[in-house]
Amino acid sequence: MTPKSSLVAILTVLAALLVIWYVGAVFMNMDLQRSLFQNANNDQYSTADLISGTLNQERPRLPAPHQIVAELNKSILHTAPDSKRSLVYHATITLEATLLGFAIGSALGVFLSVLIVHLKSLDQSLMPWIVASQTIPIIALAPMIVVILNQFDITGIVPKAVIAAYLSFFPVTVGMVKGLRSPDPLQMDLMRTYSASQWQTFFKLRLPASVPFLFASFKVAIAAALIGAVVAEITKSEDGGLGARLLAGSYYGQTIQIWAALLTAASVAAVLVIIVGLLERSTGKLMGARP
Amino acid sequence: MNPIFATLAIWAIGWGAVVGVMRITPKRGAGAKIGQMAVPLLFGATLLALWQQIVVGFGVPQIILPAPTSIIHKLITSLPLLGADFIQTAKGLLAGYVLGCGAGFIVALLIDRSPFLQRGLLPFGNFVSALPIVGIAPIMVMWFGFDWPSKAAVVVIMTFFPMLVNTNAGLSAAGRMERDLMKTYGANEAQTLLKLRLPASLPFIFNGLKINATLALIGAIVAEFFGTPIVGMGFRINTEVGRMNIDMVWATIVVAALTGSAFYGIIALIERRVTFWHSSYRQRN
Repeated sequence: MTPKSSLVAILTVLAALLVIWYVGAVFMNMDLQRSLFQNANNDQYSTADLISGTLNQERPRLPAPHQIVAELNKSILHTAPDSKRSLVYHATITLEATLLGFAIGSALGVFLSVLIVHLKSLDQSLMPWIVASQTIPIIALAPMIVVILNQFDITGIVPKAVIAAYLSFFPVTVGMVKGLRSPDPLQMDLMRTYSASQWQTFFKLRLPASVPFLFASFKVAIAAALIGAVVAEITKSEDGGLGARLLAGSYYGQTIQIWAALLTAASVAAVLVIIVGLLERSTGKLMGARP
Repeated sequence: MNPIFATLAIWAIGWGAVVGVMRITPKRGAGAKIGQMAVPLLFGATLLALWQQIVVGFGVPQIILPAPTSIIHKLITSLPLLGADFIQTAKGLLAGYVLGCGAGFIVALLIDRSPFLQRGLLPFGNFVSALPIVGIAPIMVMWFGFDWPSKAAVVVIMTFFPMLVNTNAGLSAAGRMERDLMKTYGANEAQTLLKLRLPASLPFIFNGLKINATLALIGAIVAEFFGTPIVGMGFRINTEVGRMNIDMVWATIVVAALTGSAFYGIIALIERRVTFWHSSYRQRN
């Protein structure tokens, strides 16, 4: 399985997806286009007119890819980045909340995992709850957190970052507990024969051993933080952000705008995960991991 | 009694009980199991008691944090409403879950024979898991209307790829030796699939089903933030937050948490029944 043939396969699937998308757009927008022609008293339209019409509507049920690209082009490259119509403006707001939340959430997660690994009482009492809480749709708390923090006059970026933080906190805690426990008993015994202190064992064995787990959970956590930020912006839409853009689009039926915001959010998520992946690789190199 | 003192006393008693139970718990046998169950339960009870004491003792306003007793009171007095919400959300959840997992499973079987398609599709599966798919909800509401089908559609999209990726990984889980054995039996592809590869893939399939149980509930609830008939758990949370009925929000969250845990628990139970042969379950006995 060479990288080149994988690329061909991915591109083929992507091309097939585009074709399906265009065909889908034609069929999903056809009814609307027919009635548009009817309203304009145009009975003489050909099939070609109908198809080209379906792909260029203002508010299609399913916008064609080129319409979304045009919208992205307009709102990213040809709008001032500080304008409220610019997707760069909204993406920056979302990114700020995501990164702040991710930083808080992962710091908290790492801290808690260190406590859990070293305190048997916390491990037995708290860990089952953290694991069980993974089955709970914690995102349902998002609207309430915004309101509660509002009561304390905490507004702006903080409520969104808090939601992003607590979504990213769980994967980091669970992953790091696993990672800090990953050294096998033989290695732990070796540390004991060296008469290493608990701190030395931690910094020289547990922490290095946990790095792969740390980055794996960072990837999950940063994606979760972004989802948290977007959902928070849906409930707190007055500050802008990609979630607010989604909501505004759905209020006014601006489908192209929704898709553009969605694709932007997806690219931001992808870029963040890729950055974490690159950090993982360079950390691995620093630590002498063989590729 | 001074509220600060009472709070500290509750913490001391609760934590003392947790540590005490841990100390008297034997290392193995039936007592160990009971002890391992009791410790987190005691800890949870301590937290609840602390919550109650802090809210009542320090007079925290109801709109910031209601006491556990008032949440339970609200839960019991508004059971019919919460039940209707639950049924509404469960419709979208279950329909989407079955369709999404089913489609993921079937597509995984279909692309099983084509390495080309696997290489083309699976990177998408890994990529999609990082995307904020819940954002697709407003589009689905436009396409399928306000009622539960649009929520089911969101759930289908959220659950499809995890199932595809896990089933695909599971289908290659059967070992070389076992496959060779099937070949020496003269088994054809279909027989190998049914008698060896599918059973061997069950742990992976259940892993996908469990991940999806959580994802599906998130999808169903968040999709309701975007518009729904006047019923449903996501709708209830969103509107009651707006009306400052925070105890009702908490009651709904309790229902959602119970739903999520029960859903996950049922699948985990089925898994234990079906994959009793797997080493992760055999070790315990």
